[in-house]
Amino acid sequence: MTTLEHDTSSSPEEDAEVSKQWTTRIRRRLVEMLPPERLIPDRQPSFLSSWIYIFGALTIGALAIIILTGMVLSLEGPGWWHTSSLGLFVNSMHLWSVELFFFCMVIHLWGKFFMAAWRGSRQLTWITGAVTFLVSVGAAFTGYVSQTNFDSQWIATQAKDGINSTGVGAFFNVLNFGQMLMWHIVLLPVGVLFLTGLHILMVRRRGIVPPFEDGVNDKSATVASGTQEGTPS
Amino acid sequence: MTKTKERRFNPDRDVNPWKGGYRPYDIAKEIVICFVVMLVLVVGLAIVFGSPDDKAVTIQTWSNANQVDFAQTAITELDGTSATAQYGPPYNNVADVSQKIGPFSPEALVGVHIPVNTAQDFVIGPLETVTNSPVLTMALNQFNAASPSQQANWESAYATAVQKAKVFHNVLVVPLARYGPVGIMIRQLTDMARSGALDTSMINQDHFYGTDYTKSLLYVADGTYFSDQGTALHLSGGQWGMMNETGNFPGQAWLWLYSFWYQIPPFTTAWEPNADILVSVLMMILSVLLILVPFVPGVRSIPRWSRVYRLIWRDHYKGRE
Amino acid sequence: MIGRSILGALVNLTKPGMYVHWGFIQISVANLIVIGLMALTFILAIAIPFHRKGGRS
Repeated sequence: MTTLEHDTSSSPEEDAEVSKQWTTRIRRRLVEMLPPERLIPDRQPSFLSSWIYIFGALTIGALAIIILTGMVLSLEGPGWWHTSSLGLFVNSMHLWSVELFFFCMVIHLWGKFFMAAWRGSRQLTWITGAVTFLVSVGAAFTGYVSQTNFDSQWIATQAKDGINSTGVGAFFNVLNFGQMLMWHIVLLPVGVLFLTGLHILMVRRRGIVPPFEDGVNDKSATVASGTQEGTPS
Repeated sequence: MTKTKERRFNPDRDVNPWKGGYRPYDIAKEIVICFVVMLVLVVGLAIVFGSPDDKAVTIQTWSNANQVDFAQTAITELDGTSATAQYGPPYNNVADVSQKIGPFSPEALVGVHIPVNTAQDFVIGPLETVTNSPVLTMALNQFNAASPSQQANWESAYATAVQKAKVFHNVLVVPLARYGPVGIMIRQLTDMARSGALDTSMINQDHFYGTDYTKSLLYVADGTYFSDQGTALHLSGGQWGMMNETGNFPGQAWLWLYSFWYQIPPFTTAWEPNADILVSVLMMILSVLLILVPFVPGVRSIPRWSRVYRLIWRDHYKGRE
Repeated sequence: MIGRSILGALVNLTKPGMYVHWGFIQISVANLIVIGLMALTFILAIAIPFHRKGGRS
């Protein structure tokens, strides 16, 4: 147990041990994958010159408001907004931030589709984005059935048929308010935030996709796979 | 580390590393501005439009608004002909009602997981909680002691009679027929419903705290009062209701494709009995396709063929000419 | 009940919904506006020039 009484100068054995540690290896790997200047870059390639690029950030902005207003609604519980004018206002913000979230996310998706933004080993970026969209649809849906009003009664009793037909309804009971509320405020937000985080890290890791090189590439050319792009260090 | 692998360059999959210039770009500022823009929009929309909050339908409001519809629904719960009683899995075992895709029925395979016995849970059970009505107690004893065929005869006599029921001075009047104790039972149940006692009884069947409204919702949805309200608000499945909202609010427009299939043949015709499972499976396949767009030949070439990218990156291409 | 006058909506959308029918297509005016705005925003996002400091002439 020499480590407990060592002085500040480390021995070569210690250095060797440290460099083999899981912690050290994970840190080395992470820094290799995402050096700070790539994670939070201060420059972007010169082809970034279109408003279509801001819709990802707008979607994140809307998501932040969804989470914040959802937290305010949580402070007083699911019945608050029916009886309080402030609660109703926060609920209105929650609803409109969801509408804007999908509005911006779908435009972001269209934009990335027409840029074929999956090119150059960016397939996983597209995949995490598409999965985030699908999970968000579920998160919004569980919100609609957690409203405890006519709308939630109606949506739940209508949606049960589709979900029951797949057999999933036996475990994911849309008529069970307690279960739907938990999915809405715990499980699905955690999923959306985790996937969004992963998506952003992947964008930063590979950088934004370069334009098609019209006329430059022909089919006989070969490609170096596994190349990464980012900002220059 | 760059691992080089010989592979034909596919413009829909590959890019050459960017060798062009870089320019200052303030991502942090972009995110903050985007957040502020969204906040202003959200606050503005919330102030201008608010949000909808149509009151929930309770068994009490339903039975007071339309006693006849409630009584007509209650008898179908007792005789086992209501939509819920005939639903099958996951609520109850009913032969040949589960939707199938080919020979395969996922709901039948999973079976009953949320048991609902409409006669017991929606009618007899709640009535048994009433202990201060000797007439009702006698009626229940008579009903429970009778043979199933006798019960069925009473139920069918009542089901016929209640079609001509009327409300006189706020009291449900069902033409006399040979329905035995069932008349008293449904009459008492209607009174219970109108007082609000049935709502409480449905939610609290097992617990003090209620968080599960499965049975209450199934009950309310079996009546025409509830479905008429939804249809009037354009919320039914055949009205693209899935993406609609009450009033003039935008709804879940992102569900348009899910809703779309329910409007067209063969989902509205030959496949109608199994429309839910078929649409669900189709949407799962399409969702997987969306996720896998980067790998789907043809689809992943659309961006290049469409040449929309020439507009998005027009500054870049202009600079190269 | 309470509050609609204080922090509630300036424009009351809690009225019978307006719908557009076109063959089997039936869509609320609200959803139509949202989808129309999405398409418009997408087109404008591509069409409007993006000027930034230090950009090419």
